[in-house]
Amino acid sequence: MDYEFHWNVVFQNMPQLLNGAFVTLHVSVLAMLLGIVIAILLAIAKMNNTKFFSQVATVWVEIARNTPALFQIYMAYFGLGAFGIHLSPYVAVLSALVFINAGYLTETFRGGFQSIPSTQYSASKSLGMTSIQSYRYIILPQMLRRIYHPMTNQFVWSILMSSLGILVGMSELSGTTQRLQSLSFRTLEFFIVAAVMYFIITKLVLFASSLLARRLFKGEI
Amino acid sequence: MISVQNVHKSFGDLEVLKGVSLDVQKGEVVSVIGGSGSGKSTLLYCINAIETINSGKILVDDVDVHAKSTNKDKLRQKLGMVFQQWNSFPHMTVLENAALAPRIVKKMSKEEAMEIAKKELEHVGLGDKLDVYPTKMSGGQQQRLAIARALAMKPDYMLLDEVTSALDPELVGEVLDTLRLLAEEGMTMICVTHEMGFARDVSDRVAYFHQGVIAEIGEARQVITDPQNPLTQKFLSKVR
Repeated sequence: MDYEFHWNVVFQNMPQLLNGAFVTLHVSVLAMLLGIVIAILLAIAKMNNTKFFSQVATVWVEIARNTPALFQIYMAYFGLGAFGIHLSPYVAVLSALVFINAGYLTETFRGGFQSIPSTQYSASKSLGMTSIQSYRYIILPQMLRRIYHPMTNQFVWSILMSSLGILVGMSELSGTTQRLQSLSFRTLEFFIVAAVMYFIITKLVLFASSLLARRLFKGEI
Repeated sequence: MISVQNVHKSFGDLEVLKGVSLDVQKGEVVSVIGGSGSGKSTLLYCINAIETINSGKILVDDVDVHAKSTNKDKLRQKLGMVFQQWNSFPHMTVLENAALAPRIVKKMSKEEAMEIAKKELEHVGLGDKLDVYPTKMSGGQQQRLAIARALAMKPDYMLLDEVTSALDPELVGEVLDTLRLLAEEGMTMICVTHEMGFARDVSDRVAYFHQGVIAEIGEARQVITDPQNPLTQKFLSKVR
């Protein structure tokens, strides 16, 4: 092995890398939150009896789940650009991730909802609860337990997928790493450190999510 | 008093109740027997307004259950219901299961609701299971929890839909004992059941359902041991 590691330049640029990591986290959190909101609407639409709504939802879900994330980012950045809609790299990556998250989470929510037996609803109604109370206290808490881990997985997935931002010049962790290594030629060092940072971010997210789960579900998950 | 007056109920083309009338007085225990698909469970769902009816009338303490102006959520507070599949809430402890409705429906304080729930759970013999999650209990225990949960709302009537049918045979006894206790305490009950011994010994009257109508109704011991209608005779000879 005659490759000599030079870590100094990496550590000198640590503030920039941390800044990139922050952007990564930022875009993923936002993509997750917006994805959840849209997925709830799509899941409701999909279970709706009105054909138009359920078809719109189905088309969204099918495209999101069956085409590469890379294409969706390109569509948002170059595709819309061709029609004169110029999104910044951040917004393009965000919209693509929201699109995909919403697609996957729709199925998660729908499955979670349908996995709660309708007799749970009858039972709560029979105790005099209103529909809103039945959902609030009986249906949704059980559903949340079942979809919690799939949701966490989706979040981790979207943190890792945001690295595709590199391809449209976004300054998240990967984009920043790419720029810094091309200035210093310490490719291996920069990407090793970036990989470690991704690892730490996702592990932190998983840790925080299991802490939250323990609080929410009182150890019953 | 629960008064069912000439009730018809269809699911699509299938008419399940074909003009059913039944009066149940305060303090009375009426068992409803009959083959599956005869409409007996549907009757309970209609009394509790979980199902709508097509025609006829159901009065609970002179309130028309199916009138548009009736607040059904409020009405159901009077009508405790226990299902064949016990439907315990798996994400709550036994105590929370029983205390939830008193707290959020009757707006009791947490302490007050817990107090009542605890009392009812002790009543059905689950006093030592308060902090257990229902999924860790047997079917019989979960069914007794369902009974206590309904009782915690201090209902005037209990509607019991084949509450022992889904239980392992060795667990049936403990649930029937609980119901027997309630009957002795004067609870008004309509029990849809396949337990002929229970129907005979515990209820005041027995109604035999056949294809959506009450084919025979009368004093419990008489209907079970000496049925008058040939249909009842045939049914009872099969289940015994």
